[in-house]
Amino acid sequence: MRLDITGVSVEVAGRRLVHDITLTAGSGRLIGLVGPNGSGKSTLLRCVYRALRPAAGAVRLDGTDLHALPAREAARRLAALPQEGGTDFDFTAAEVVAMGRLPHQRGSGAASAADRDVCARALARVGAAHLARRGFLGLSGGEKQRVLIARALAQEPRVLVLDEPTNHLDIAQQLEVLALVRDSRLTVLAALHDLNLAAVHCDELYVLSGGRIAASGPPHDVLTPPLLAEVFGVRAHRVPHPETGAVQLLFDRLPQTRTPA
Amino acid sequence: MPPPPGSGPPLLSVRTRPEPKASPPLARTADPALRTGPRTARTLPLAAALTTVLLASLLCGTALGAAGIGWPQVLRHLGAGLTGGTLRPDEAAAYTIVWELRFPRAVLAAVVGAGLSAIGVAVQALVRNALADPFVLGISSGAAVGANAVLLFGALASLGVWALSVSAFASALLAMALVYAAARTAHGLTPMRLVLTGTAMYYGFSAVTTLMVFTADRGEAARSAMMWLLGSLGGAGWGSVPIAALAVAAALVHLRCSAGRLNALAMGDETAAALGVDPGRLRRELFVVAAAATGAVVAVSGAIGFVGLMVPHATRMLVGADHRRVLTVAPLLGAVLLVWVDVLSRVLLAPVELPVGVVTAVLGVPCFVLLMRRRGYTFGGGA
Repeated sequence: MRLDITGVSVEVAGRRLVHDITLTAGSGRLIGLVGPNGSGKSTLLRCVYRALRPAAGAVRLDGTDLHALPAREAARRLAALPQEGGTDFDFTAAEVVAMGRLPHQRGSGAASAADRDVCARALARVGAAHLARRGFLGLSGGEKQRVLIARALAQEPRVLVLDEPTNHLDIAQQLEVLALVRDSRLTVLAALHDLNLAAVHCDELYVLSGGRIAASGPPHDVLTPPLLAEVFGVRAHRVPHPETGAVQLLFDRLPQTRTPA
Repeated sequence: MPPPPGSGPPLLSVRTRPEPKASPPLARTADPALRTGPRTARTLPLAAALTTVLLASLLCGTALGAAGIGWPQVLRHLGAGLTGGTLRPDEAAAYTIVWELRFPRAVLAAVVGAGLSAIGVAVQALVRNALADPFVLGISSGAAVGANAVLLFGALASLGVWALSVSAFASALLAMALVYAAARTAHGLTPMRLVLTGTAMYYGFSAVTTLMVFTADRGEAARSAMMWLLGSLGGAGWGSVPIAALAVAAALVHLRCSAGRLNALAMGDETAAALGVDPGRLRRELFVVAAAATGAVVAVSGAIGFVGLMVPHATRMLVGADHRRVLTVAPLLGAVLLVWVDVLSRVLLAPVELPVGVVTAVLGVPCFVLLMRRRGYTFGGGA
């Protein structure tokens, strides 16, 4: 399913945080959203998974305006892993995954056998079947993220939105999470902090700066030293990955006089 | 605890990690030192057992009391009250005690216990805070103002025996409107604002109540005001049962039907939105339901503390956090608890009657601390 963001601006508490963004994620593609803190990545994503409404523009799935759909209907097509501070309630991993069926259920939300089957398969798919009965709060960061991905998969969506899915994970877990996302074959829009991970895993990157798109295209074309100096305020060296040839970056501070505001 | 390198599930993007793939994920056993999952006892058998216990408790609540009435007589009077029957004239006093005083009182205790427990669950999800209880929204202290106006100054005297309930409920609704208006922002009701506003209002209303008790010159009235503030089922009769029961039943049905959405809300507003639940709308809904039910319950029983805090937690220890299970078990558990608390409040120092709130605290605090210290219960991440 194709995700189109056209001319989207987002305002929070009267301040325009995202300006006129146009972005396309083709079916089955993994699109990365990169940019420094405060560049509007999360705000744009929140608008995509309907936690915010756009002040202007539209988010469309295969041409259907997402914000015109009923909430449950939208959640059956698009799932998200928001960045959230966590919960006080110690649900088991299986219970967390079962929440993914909520948009498919009516009334009191009694889980059918089919629902349980979908959840079990989602957990197995992320290699977390053995965690089902464990308390979510007691899981490691990587385990939690896998369970949350299983919840998103249990929604049986066509599009997946991820906000910094690799935050607070060690490197093996980061690679694991991105591999799982890749493996889902869904259309994915993900905000990522780590430019090298983004360069390797994403089909296309959109670079955000001050709520606007500064550059977009294949990682190789986008991650250029001048752009990185301008947007991130760092000096970057490009080196090819010794095995895959993918672009990788080494960073230094910019000389002090060129520190951007 | 991060998994050892190479023990994760099969990776697809091996290009960044060329080492051979290790054991499949199922081979990895959970570290036994880690916390085991929350208890997920089978809910339906537990609910059935609790229902049986509740019925037995209602019987005991009717049979036990200051006036010694034997079991056979109690059962006969109950049967007479329920199905009709003839009694000898000399049995009239016992019949009145059983059918007009004790039984409605036990039923009301069950209704109030079930209501406070379910409202506690809802409010904790509403403000996403473990320490919340039905009274954190400031509704009960608002009701107290109305109740005390009747108890101390004889307000609404024209309503007769209904004056207390009506005045308490009306002022609860007024408090609800005040808290709602003060806590509301452009983004809707946020948990922190609700808690802070509710707490501030609580102190405000309490000050008014205290002032009223202070300025009232009738000692006995002040005593009944105090009794009401600590919670009492002393005024129970068949008259006070129907409205409270109806309000509690409606709240229970609504909450139980919202259990899935409550789960989503408990995970956070963003997650709820991504799952197709409008957190703002759900929160408004919960606020109105919780506040109206609190008002109806508090109007007939006063501010019985601790039940709405303790029973939700105890229930989660038994069946885990899933609101579908919690909202099935908590009302039953709360009902049983309050029936027995009321019995104790009547018989411990008979013929003097203890405030119910005192008994819930005396019983509840040690039980709760013991339960909480057992391993396997997490609420707040680090327990």
